[in-house]
Amino acid sequence: MNSSVSSVSVALTTKDTGVETAPLMHADRVCKTFDTPGGKKIPALDGVSLKIFQGRVTGLVGADGAGKTTLIRIAAGLLVPTAGQMTLLGLDSVDHSLEIQSRVGYMPQKFGLYQDLTVIENLRLYADLQGVALKTRHDRFDKLLTMTDLAPYTKRRAGALSGGMKQKLGLACALVKSPELLLLDEPTVGVDPVSRRELWKIVYDLVEKDRIGVLVSTAYLDEAQRCDQVKVLHQGRLLAQGSPDSFTAGMQGRVFLAAPDEQMRARQIYTRLAGQEGIADATIRSGRVRVVLNSPLSPENGNNQETGKQKIASLLNRSASTITTAVPVFEDAFMALIPRGDAQLHTPSTDQDKPWTPEPSSGEDAAVITNNLCKKFGDFTAVSNLTLDVRRGEIFGLLGPNGAGKSTTFRMLCGLLPATSGEIRVAGRNLRRSRAKARARLGYMAQQFSLYGQLSVKENFKFFGRAYGLSGKQLKIRMAWAFAEFGLDPWQDKPAGALPGGYKQRLSMATALLHEPDILFLDEPTSGVDPFARREFWLRINGFAEQGVTVIVTTHFMEEAEYCDRMVIISRGKTLAMGTPGEIRSLARTPENPDPTMDDAFIALSQGDRP
Amino acid sequence: MTRFFMRLFGVLRKETLQILRDPSSIILALVMPLVLLIIFGYGVSLDAEHVPMVLVNNDKGPMSRELAARFAGSANFKIKTAGSMTQAQSLVLARKAEGIIILQNNFTAILGGAAAGTGTGYLAPVQVIINGTDANRARLIEGYIKSIGAKWASMRVARGQTAMAPLVSISQRIWFNEAAISRYFLIPGLITLIMTLIGILLTALVIAREWERGTMEAMLVTPLRKVDILLGKTLPYYFLGMFGMGMSVVVGTTLFGVPFRGSVGALVGLSSLFLLTCLGFGLFLSAAIRIQFVAAQISIVAGYLPAFFLSGLIFDLESTPKFIQIISYIFPARYFVTIAHTLFAAGDVWPVLLPNAMVLAFMAFLFLGLAYRKMSKRLE
Repeated sequence: MNSSVSSVSVALTTKDTGVETAPLMHADRVCKTFDTPGGKKIPALDGVSLKIFQGRVTGLVGADGAGKTTLIRIAAGLLVPTAGQMTLLGLDSVDHSLEIQSRVGYMPQKFGLYQDLTVIENLRLYADLQGVALKTRHDRFDKLLTMTDLAPYTKRRAGALSGGMKQKLGLACALVKSPELLLLDEPTVGVDPVSRRELWKIVYDLVEKDRIGVLVSTAYLDEAQRCDQVKVLHQGRLLAQGSPDSFTAGMQGRVFLAAPDEQMRARQIYTRLAGQEGIADATIRSGRVRVVLNSPLSPENGNNQETGKQKIASLLNRSASTITTAVPVFEDAFMALIPRGDAQLHTPSTDQDKPWTPEPSSGEDAAVITNNLCKKFGDFTAVSNLTLDVRRGEIFGLLGPNGAGKSTTFRMLCGLLPATSGEIRVAGRNLRRSRAKARARLGYMAQQFSLYGQLSVKENFKFFGRAYGLSGKQLKIRMAWAFAEFGLDPWQDKPAGALPGGYKQRLSMATALLHEPDILFLDEPTSGVDPFARREFWLRINGFAEQGVTVIVTTHFMEEAEYCDRMVIISRGKTLAMGTPGEIRSLARTPENPDPTMDDAFIALSQGDRP
Repeated sequence: MTRFFMRLFGVLRKETLQILRDPSSIILALVMPLVLLIIFGYGVSLDAEHVPMVLVNNDKGPMSRELAARFAGSANFKIKTAGSMTQAQSLVLARKAEGIIILQNNFTAILGGAAAGTGTGYLAPVQVIINGTDANRARLIEGYIKSIGAKWASMRVARGQTAMAPLVSISQRIWFNEAAISRYFLIPGLITLIMTLIGILLTALVIAREWERGTMEAMLVTPLRKVDILLGKTLPYYFLGMFGMGMSVVVGTTLFGVPFRGSVGALVGLSSLFLLTCLGFGLFLSAAIRIQFVAAQISIVAGYLPAFFLSGLIFDLESTPKFIQIISYIFPARYFVTIAHTLFAAGDVWPVLLPNAMVLAFMAFLFLGLAYRKMSKRLE
């Protein structure tokens, strides 16, 4: 956690005690149902009541489809509630939307910057639309540009800005007329950690100086921890609310750390613990496995910690003294709080469960080797001088913010995009010469859902299986395996397009694995997926890697790097660092921060590499 | 009021900058009309010239040679001679000729007999075989051949070579497009097409793109009124459309020499009405459709294709089945094609222009009104 940000939030909580004036925003039993084309009604919000106050940052968290975006859109006057009332600044959101819109700033998930317009032209446009007086405009622009560090780029087109700069410009546009309430819908998705921290600093400065109120929805649970108030939505209902501390208070003695030893690597510990009875959450953080227990194990508080340690130790066949307690964070509370219907995971542990045995190494130990790989699109260098080697059976991560060059690298590795210069060998074959042969050994899962939505799950399997040369009995066996392994049995005859988000992702992955590839390429498999599906996904990946499949995966979630054996961090086409998660974290180790996170590492690495 | 102008100018400035910086709208608004003009002006011609034909003359008499020379001398045909029918057929099959003209071996004899008043009959048959793959062209060729035959016959009468005179002599004269050049008819119609493209396709695409890129959502949460959005979207594309129209007229009259007999005022006024109808329809579409691909599909099916086929631009509506004619009345393009044809060929003939203009005014009002009603400041 960044020290400057936490000090701000402390300052705020002290101020907060006095604030109990009229709420800036008041949702009173707000309901919203959407009609599907099939005539079904889907409830997105089901009687949500909450208040947002001035001078506070209120976080809105929840799984995908919990209703976060719908709630914010109703507040912005973009949607009309089916029932209940939404009041902003004392005005009804339906009857007075124009008045509200001139006093509230809103930044949608996909912020509407005009890519063809320059930074200053975008600002000017929103100033015109908001009716900002010409006299005050100059000062306001100056202030916003300084705040967002965009002053040197006023003449640059928005389309040519980096992801983080775009978000900051979007925020500046939403702030062009000093709003009284700021609504932010997932403002930091896909943004690099440096820009994320900068965005949050801007928001906190505003709250402190201008005393505005902020409602921000976020998929990053560490960000929720920095909010003054957190509202947890689940399936359209308000599940819990309070300060982050009130959430973590109940978690004391339920969060533990298990460090790897000679017998078990962190990933093995993680695979062993995840999904077990009584365990709400298991993740790999800073090289150790963080375990959250479902509920206090015994009524006596004193024994709580010891029983927890013993429980975990017994699952790992080691002594309880090797398990340490950890300070709970909001994420732990959140994972323990949300009821999970589909939590039971199938983890391949026995030999019968083995999905397949990858082809024995054909002399070469490396699955993928690149040497000074470059890709240029016109003048723009998307990837420069990337040299890496991925060993057989390892999980290799390609990390970086949006626009770093991850997908371009990926497409070159899969042979979908020719490299401008440099060499690539995949599965011992030179991609320039024997592309088709190399491809038959690859499984590829694209970033977007790229299966046939109108075909059923079974038909998709049949089609892709045959496309990869499977047929007859072999295809049947593989399909049966996929249905069982990915829990897709009940969905066999449903059109793939009608599956819920998490199942679509499972189907994509199952399809990529049908032909028993040696190397699995996964492009942003966890993007746009909620924390639960992300955990399930990593557990599965882990399982395949344990069976000897080489996995190469891209992600913009820095903490997911912990699941990789080794990784490379890239930013704007350049390689920042390569190594094991531990090695990379150690690069950021300082006396002040002896136990840095992956985010800290990225920030440390990208110092001196700023635009 | 000042707020209103501030918002309006803000949107207008943004639209203008976007048009100027986005190559695709420039291509659609300026390059596309030029391409269409050149294709229609040079490439598409409904006249048949230098049609390759094979002549098989089995008669060695003077009359058949005289008629053959008439065919050969016509600008409509490029005549090759063949010695036999088989040879002629193979030329047609090889697509080297579009038809065969056969003069029988007793051609002169029959006509000579007719002249002497003793022969077996007055009619000397000329057999004509035409490749009918393109039915319109075949009919055109047939007409040319008939008219050459008729002209030759009447000339013979004048020279007193035959007693047979045609019973009725038709003296033909075409008005307005005196030389019957199809280009004079196509280019005014083309302006309709160009304005439809800019008015419907470009507008619908541009707004759908705003939805796809998420800029519309950000726009909707500003205190922008529906009127601001409507005006902000209409005005830039109105000027773009009028520019395309003006360019087409200038290119049409100068490069292709199409006569323009109406007044500029009437042209600007009436095409504005048509353009507003198109813009209204485009805006109405885009209020409902938020995906560029679908917007393009629908504006082509509901805007471009009717403007092409159901407006009288290429096919004469009078000769289509009744129900097609009825359907054509719901498309604004029909009215503007009539207006454009009238303005170019005949001039400001208000008895023709006015009724069409009234229908367009009504449609413009209707579509803009519908667009206004359909447009919402909400996402649903």
